[in-house]
Amino acid sequence: MHELSIVMSIVETAEQKVREHHAQTVESIDLVIGDLSGVDRHALDFAWEAGVKDTVLQAAKRTIIQVPAKAKCLECDCEFQIKELFDVCPLCGEPLLQIIQGKELQIKSMVLN
Amino acid sequence: MCATCGCDSESKISIHKVEPIANVNWNEVQFTKPVEIPIPVGGKEIKVEQNILWKNKALAQDNRTFFLANNIVALNLVSSPGSGKTSLLERTLQDLKSDLDFFVIEGDQQTSNDADRIAATQVPVIQINTGKGCHLDAQMIREAVRQLNPSENSVLFIENIGNLVCPAMFDLGEQKRVVIISVTEGDDKPLKYPDMFASSQLCIINKIDLLPYVNFNLEQVKSYARQVNRKMEFIELSCTTGVGLTEWYEWLKKINAEHTLVRV
Repeated sequence: MHELSIVMSIVETAEQKVREHHAQTVESIDLVIGDLSGVDRHALDFAWEAGVKDTVLQAAKRTIIQVPAKAKCLECDCEFQIKELFDVCPLCGEPLLQIIQGKELQIKSMVLN
Repeated sequence: MCATCGCDSESKISIHKVEPIANVNWNEVQFTKPVEIPIPVGGKEIKVEQNILWKNKALAQDNRTFFLANNIVALNLVSSPGSGKTSLLERTLQDLKSDLDFFVIEGDQQTSNDADRIAATQVPVIQINTGKGCHLDAQMIREAVRQLNPSENSVLFIENIGNLVCPAMFDLGEQKRVVIISVTEGDDKPLKYPDMFASSQLCIINKIDLLPYVNFNLEQVKSYARQVNRKMEFIELSCTTGVGLTEWYEWLKKINAEHTLVRV
């Protein structure tokens, strides 16, 4: 359940930004979460509810921009979508992949009030 | 969702494209939204574009710098509960404490049982109890290191919480991550918990004295682990019989000799 730690980090950043910009609350927040980031969406939803209570994020509309995982085959250079770290290249069957997308775990932007 | 302005493409917004404007400090720009946009007017949009775990990453980097500056080899031991992390540590400390200087940070949700076992070997140890927490983080290590005060040229073992999921995401500033799996577990663990095996450099396969009694295929587990981490090294051992320990000790001494190498 590291998702609670993740929510608490988001709360910390949000409170810092609210202070910096002399705002009161966060109206909306956009998160970028890759499919291979290690974050479980259901666990995040659960942790979010508990974690944002009585914080500047309590009433914030949360949008999650999901990033599908992509890899490049180190043998044949082709790029393709993957579901797991251990997927193999669909063209040549090699397991030597370089993850090029899907590890994202980012706060993209916020609207402050 | 529209990737240009972040609007909901099913709402009534008709214009998506925004030409870039040079020399604008976007943090200071007050956006005035057209009435159709469902976000209330008056909000101030700020770009953050910051990794959610930035604070842990920054603190881990601090820890790593401290370890490098003091020639301390920090090893993060991760596994599921009951794989034999503490037993391996006890045995290692007893066998090598005259050759190397050791310090230990023990992480558990509750009790100081593990720290008590380590303390019995006369090696300095500190216990972190995370309460409900499922992993150690860089801040906890920073505080523990401050209190433990490991000496220069030492080896610092960090025994993480028994959990193959959450500790994978939290860099502690270690030089190497060592994942331990015992033969009483399923040999498909690397595929079930790929993040942990992908982020470790050494895989210790423990309790191999029990191989005749369990359905565990050594070559299969290695093959699965290599599927998620082709650079993974393996050491097979048993803390009970002592078989394979020499190889582990050689690895420790080798890492200690090339301690400036950072690959985490």
